[in-house]
Amino acid sequence: MRARLLAALYIAQEQYSWLSPEAIQRVADQLHLTPGQVHSTASFYTMFKLKPKGKYHIQVCEGLSCYLTGGDSTRSREPIIEAITRRLKIKPGETTPDGRFSLEIVQCVAACATAPALRVNDELYEHMTFASIDALLNKLER
Amino acid sequence: MFEPVLTRNIHRPDSEKIATYLSNGGYQALRQALKKTPGELIDMVKRSGLRGRGGAGFPAGTKWDFLPKDPQVKKIVAVNTDEGEPGTFKDREIVERDPHQIIEGVIIAAYAVGASRAYVYIRGEFFLGVKRWIKAIADAYEHGYLGQNILGSGFDLDMSVHRGAGAYICGEETAMLESLEGKPGNPRRKPPYPAQTGLFDLPTLVHNIETLACIPHIISRGPEWFASMGTAESKGPKIFSVSGHVNRPGNYELPLGTSLHQIIYEHAGGVRAGHQLKAVIPGGASTPMLTPDRVDIPMAFETLKGAGSELGTGAIIVMDETTCMVEATRRLSKFFAHESCGRCTPCRIGSYRIYELLDRLEHGRGRRGDVDLILETAQGIDGLTFCPMGSALSNPPRSAIKLFREEFEYHLTQKRCLVG
Repeated sequence: MRARLLAALYIAQEQYSWLSPEAIQRVADQLHLTPGQVHSTASFYTMFKLKPKGKYHIQVCEGLSCYLTGGDSTRSREPIIEAITRRLKIKPGETTPDGRFSLEIVQCVAACATAPALRVNDELYEHMTFASIDALLNKLER
Repeated sequence: MFEPVLTRNIHRPDSEKIATYLSNGGYQALRQALKKTPGELIDMVKRSGLRGRGGAGFPAGTKWDFLPKDPQVKKIVAVNTDEGEPGTFKDREIVERDPHQIIEGVIIAAYAVGASRAYVYIRGEFFLGVKRWIKAIADAYEHGYLGQNILGSGFDLDMSVHRGAGAYICGEETAMLESLEGKPGNPRRKPPYPAQTGLFDLPTLVHNIETLACIPHIISRGPEWFASMGTAESKGPKIFSVSGHVNRPGNYELPLGTSLHQIIYEHAGGVRAGHQLKAVIPGGASTPMLTPDRVDIPMAFETLKGAGSELGTGAIIVMDETTCMVEATRRLSKFFAHESCGRCTPCRIGSYRIYELLDRLEHGRGRRGDVDLILETAQGIDGLTFCPMGSALSNPPRSAIKLFREEFEYHLTQKRCLVG
């Protein structure tokens, strides 16, 4: 049963939108594990959300190749993070008050040739520029 | 001109579909393999000289031989698609665009070692890859390449896909097994090796997908053909992921032994106009950097080892003179600190300590002795951990400080970058 835990957590996260205490308890009950076992395993993995996230969860890669490709034109260390923070007024780890957007820094997403890259929920976006970030946020704000 | 092997299909339309794979000779190698004995197949892979493409470079045929031969013992093949080494993106492309090549390799390997189950572990973030794997497996079942009595051979194999959930360490084979068992990805002590005691304590053959993708070609074109490419100790084709300050970042498949200089300048378009090469990471974030004077080096296991670095995953990250080496190293150290599983004290504490020191150095808050303290801390981690990540995380700061010490000292005394 334990071997099904990661798959179960994905399903629960999909159904509850985050791994709330209720979601954790459901998984524990289904797999005959304790909530503690479920929670501690979930907490090891960054893709399991133990806090609510926004409707659009933006995950920006801070890997070396994304930095090399994205940072140089702007002299900024984190041009994409800064652009998003400027626009949405949230920092990494935060969610907008209306619950629409949340921002997270993630590690290398294996899109180094098409860097800078980011994800919004399950979608990968590549070759990001200030213009394309604005366009993307415009689209998602509607 | 080198004829692509592993990437020969990926630019065809609908390359990921089984119909495309079959129309290009797909699953013929499997038919041939099923007519041979497991012993013959193991011998072929040994003679090919194939070494693992996931970073460690262990001889594949030797590993196949390690699994117990008793047919009563249940065995497993675990497919490592947890590509997470920064700078590496070769596996993602094959999974998305030619998954059947990998599946065919897995089936042949499973047949050779007597495994009846194959578990594919894939990065949770590879959403498209997961979909394509699942569809490819379903189609393989439908065509009789998976399931019971494959192609009438009497050999059974079941295959399933399992998503990781955002932990680089789960690319380490024993951590991957822990994750497949539903636990946090804490590496296990080796020995015992997975070939003896692996997933669910069963003998398990673990391979990176690029390694497995080589198998159908070794079978259909022969081990001598495979071994005709490469160097004395590094055989076959290799996909090199090139990124950073180059004009044409991307995956480039070339024989092992191709010069790093040639890969960067001829294939990846060279450094951007008006800029000069400053440093290259040759094999992924865990491998020691090289300076421009060392770049004329064959990309192979033994040559890079001889130069004080490693082939690793063959992921080449190019940095030009606009790169602050302190910031680049800080970024790498942040990655490792973030990804430490936390089991071993030297890595858990030391990885974060190195990041902390580099972070304050980068932001003008370095203290006298910091540069040596970084080196000392790295020395207190390397070789003293359960898994190779301890050594991996020591490489970037040590090589960067060794090659660019004056930049680190500059940050200390001038409280800002030497460059830019």
